[in-house]
Amino acid sequence: MAPAWLTPRRATVAGLALLLAALWLVFPSGFYFRIATLVWISALAAVGLNLLMGLAGQVSLGHAGFVGIGAYAVALGPRHLGLDLLPSLGLGLVLAGLLALLVGRPILRLRGHYLAVATLGLGILVWLVLNSEVAITGGPDGIQVQRLVLVGWRVAGAETWYWITGLALVLGVLVALNLEESPTGRALRALHDSEVAAAVAGIDVARAKLAVFVIAAVYAALAGGLLALFNRFVTPQAADFLHSIELVTMVVIGGMGSSLGAVVGAAVLTILPQALTVFHDYEHAVLGLTIILFMIFLRQGIVPSLAALLARRAP
Amino acid sequence: MSAIAAEGIGISFGGLRALDGVSFAAEPGEVFSIIGPNGAGKTTLFNIISGLYRTGEGRVRLAGEDVTGLPPHLLAARGLSRTFQNLQVFFRMTAEENVMVGRHLRERQGLLAALLHLPWVARQNRATRDRARELLAFVGLAERARDPAGSLPYGALKRLEIARALAAEPRVLLLDEPAAGCNPVETEEIDRLIAAIAERGTTVVLVEHDMKLVMRISHRILVLNHGRMLAQGRPAEVRTNPEVIAAYLGRHGAEAAHAAG
Repeated sequence: MAPAWLTPRRATVAGLALLLAALWLVFPSGFYFRIATLVWISALAAVGLNLLMGLAGQVSLGHAGFVGIGAYAVALGPRHLGLDLLPSLGLGLVLAGLLALLVGRPILRLRGHYLAVATLGLGILVWLVLNSEVAITGGPDGIQVQRLVLVGWRVAGAETWYWITGLALVLGVLVALNLEESPTGRALRALHDSEVAAAVAGIDVARAKLAVFVIAAVYAALAGGLLALFNRFVTPQAADFLHSIELVTMVVIGGMGSSLGAVVGAAVLTILPQALTVFHDYEHAVLGLTIILFMIFLRQGIVPSLAALLARRAP
Repeated sequence: MSAIAAEGIGISFGGLRALDGVSFAAEPGEVFSIIGPNGAGKTTLFNIISGLYRTGEGRVRLAGEDVTGLPPHLLAARGLSRTFQNLQVFFRMTAEENVMVGRHLRERQGLLAALLHLPWVARQNRATRDRARELLAFVGLAERARDPAGSLPYGALKRLEIARALAAEPRVLLLDEPAAGCNPVETEEIDRLIAAIAERGTTVVLVEHDMKLVMRISHRILVLNHGRMLAQGRPAEVRTNPEVIAAYLGRHGAEAAHAAG
């Protein structure tokens, strides 16, 4: 029996922080830190998307568009607006949030899966602009990003980025769990099951859905910004449709409604292509097959299935 | 001033006249029942009053204020709550969490504070949980607080919906067939609940098929038939109204009842 102070929320965050420290101790080379950093960044976007999909039951099929906005804000802010990197990142978050507000406001008044269709269009639109506005964005070849300098300290090295992105993820998970344990979090879970009953309980359903959509967009933009700063290079691929599908897959195979699941899903989808480099030409096919197999055999996703298994084993 | 009043409510679905000129008013602390054969328009009337359907005909007033056409969440903020004939439970949440959702209007909202989990958010969560526990105890579900709502039996879910509706501390509570599908013991339990709710000053508007329950607990009854008002009055008056008997038993049955009476 866990002590009373060790709430699931605290246990998850502490576990993640411990994992961060443990991996740092055992990782032998920069390559591992690089992969882990990519996992933390994807996980951050997936944790945000899970709030939208897992809690509120709404699907975004263009979430990579928000990743792209965050990433390109970091690339273009210094170049075209003369901003420093961090204000550029902040601008990217604000832009992503505003765009989500603009698109979500009319769409989320409707019941059903209109958001999926609208975000599908939005994602493609962002990708098209990044791809074709060559003079501003560098087009399909991508664009360089300045090195991050924090009060005279040049941020470099996979190990450093491992810690920066890892801590960002821990904070991101903490904030997501905080949201779950609040009136808004309960409202979102409620409207997932019955919008009518949620409305009768006094919940402004459209407003709650809009709030979580904006939050999910900001998570994605933050992940995009970190990705661009870490890679010091960004291409429109960050915003493409396949990346959107990858993010949805991370949430689904990790387990909808579980922040920890989103992290596990991100780990699986980031590490799998590395482990299966021989399949590189068939990456999309393997992704598709993974989704199909999970939908057939592990519909609940990894983390909820494991939790259920453990609960059954426990006396 | 009536706690709730409907004035001349009418609605058509295609060519079907579902409701026509229906009016009633219920006072604070009153148990007001709406009865009628299947398809009489009882649930439709509830759906209009609670903002789920919109109609151009008639007005709805809550404590005198015209609330016609307001969406459900704004009606809830003005003290109206309801339960559903076909259950609308949050099945993936625990029983306790279902009732906690019902406290939404009584909770301080603050998205940023929630994201940061400020101390008052944690305190409020505890207070909301305590209140939800009290309400679950009130409807006799204290032992099931931590169970997923999806695992509760039908009769328990009916009472869970009542607890959730009460959590908002409504002035007017609409109950849509709370005893449907319940066994006699559960029905008696609901009988006791409704009486206790009305005693606290809450107006209860009840749609129910169980005539014994309706006759026992109602102060006044409105009878609908084919969307029109057939009769209104105290249980004793309605029970002996020949038109009501005809609607329920058919003309032949009414004659038989008359002959027997």
